[in-house]
Amino acid sequence: MELAKKIAGSGGRGDLHTENQVLNMGPSHPATHGTVKIVGEFDGETIVDLDVQVGYLHRGFEKECESGTYYQAIPYTDRLNYNSAILANLAYCMTVEKLLDAKLPRRCDWLRVVGGELSRIGDHLTRLGAACLELGATTPFLYGIEAREITWDLQEILCGARVTSNYVRIGGMQRDAPEGFEDRCEESLRSIEALLVDFDRVITSNRIFCDRFRNTGMMSAERLVEYGVTGPMLRAAGIAYDLRKAEPYLVYDEIDFDVPVGSTGDNFDRFLVVQEELTQSIRILRQCLPVLRKTRGEPVDVADPRVRWPGKNRVYGRMEELIQLFKGVTEGIAVPAGEAYLAIESANGELGFYIVSDGSGKPYKVRCRPPSLLNVAPMAEMLRGGMLADIVPTFDMINMVGGECDR
Amino acid sequence: MSDLLATVEGLLGDAVLDSHAHLGDATLLVELGSIAEVLRTLRDHEELRMNFLMDLTAVDYLEREPRFEVVYHLASVETEPRGTEPSRLFRRLRVKVGVPEDPCECPSVVEVFEAANWMEREAWDLYGISFTGHPDPRRLLLYEQFVGHPLRKDYPKERRQPLVGPQN
Repeated sequence: MELAKKIAGSGGRGDLHTENQVLNMGPSHPATHGTVKIVGEFDGETIVDLDVQVGYLHRGFEKECESGTYYQAIPYTDRLNYNSAILANLAYCMTVEKLLDAKLPRRCDWLRVVGGELSRIGDHLTRLGAACLELGATTPFLYGIEAREITWDLQEILCGARVTSNYVRIGGMQRDAPEGFEDRCEESLRSIEALLVDFDRVITSNRIFCDRFRNTGMMSAERLVEYGVTGPMLRAAGIAYDLRKAEPYLVYDEIDFDVPVGSTGDNFDRFLVVQEELTQSIRILRQCLPVLRKTRGEPVDVADPRVRWPGKNRVYGRMEELIQLFKGVTEGIAVPAGEAYLAIESANGELGFYIVSDGSGKPYKVRCRPPSLLNVAPMAEMLRGGMLADIVPTFDMINMVGGECDR
Repeated sequence: MSDLLATVEGLLGDAVLDSHAHLGDATLLVELGSIAEVLRTLRDHEELRMNFLMDLTAVDYLEREPRFEVVYHLASVETEPRGTEPSRLFRRLRVKVGVPEDPCECPSVVEVFEAANWMEREAWDLYGISFTGHPDPRRLLLYEQFVGHPLRKDYPKERRQPLVGPQN
């Protein structure tokens, strides 16, 4: 009775004794599709400060790479980002090729673009779908995952694996695209487009969704640059930095596509930028398929047998190739001493590799520059002063992938 | 490429110990004590405008003196909008410093680039290089009870340090 009077007389919570509360979120939380621990200090529902603790998926990626040959590291790169394994394969192999100074056949470059863009579509669909799911909307998630399934089917046709692709090789590809891939891909792109329309209808104009995404998790472009943030997060804040345009690798300078940008840099802009990038990736793929048809039969591996991985078909028929395979497995390919840094535009931003070679068959140092780590670092600053409910949408749009962030 | 190195070397003067452009990557080796000043100069220079610290890592050259190298990858990215045109990447530059085994210390550059905050924590965690002046010098990936720094070349790959479960 006494307390009730006190509350009624205070005309609000001004006289009430309140103190900040510390809450733990994670490391295993149903609304974070990644293993991360967020320790937050809250004043009611307002975020006072956050401490984002990463590292739960650290498995010594760099140490493992340094203890094996250059080839043995490729399957590890699959496991950096479970959504876009081919992009990680690509970044690693291209860095080794830079050290080797290898020039690749044209067909290989086009095939790599196809693999990379399929990966990017899968990654973006997971990001968007999971964001909806974690806000309580299951239907769009299912549309997204159905579309991702289609990209995984295509990946399976290309390399036999759905998730951990192990598709790219140093100086080539695991194998050429099989006959009929182009037709199947075209058909699949139409299905993905149809699903994207459904996805867009059910979520982008939804009032609840918009309210939770608009004006949350904002950060100025200047601050994002200071934090080294790249990818869709930076583009949503208005800086059209995309390595496919800024430092064109493979054959991206021959392909026509746009770089979507946002204006405010809030979660809603991030969502729309990623959604538009899906359309652009489909546009890129449509331009690749005629080239694949035209160049069918051309080689996809470099001619130099000291670099190329001898395929099983060659090994069973020729003694030299068998010797080469034996040497490649036991000693590894000899990479000239030196250091190289190379980056590609992954689904999350600049995915770079810095490799130091001492001239042997094993890399001396393999550093992966993970976009996820640099993108999640400013999360605390983005959310300070925001609401508890903003954590989930912001975390979803950052799209931290534990495997890549923690390595 | 040689133009860039010539400009940078002219700008930094005595702080530059060595430079090369192997494989097209412009690289500078600078004096340990000057690193924060060097990065600040490169960032604020009118023409160079190295506004991104893309990567920061370390390498352990066990036999060499000094034993460690801390490697900074800088990039200059266009941040002014140009209508529908994508932003350009003007140049990349790699800056390195040698860090001795004892004292295993490197000046922190968090004041110059916020991006260095977590990456310096990671380098401390995995290589044991302590960044003097770092605002939050905790481990990043491993847990506080972890003994040693696993990416050092003299840390055996087989060593296990589980928090729970059997030890070896």
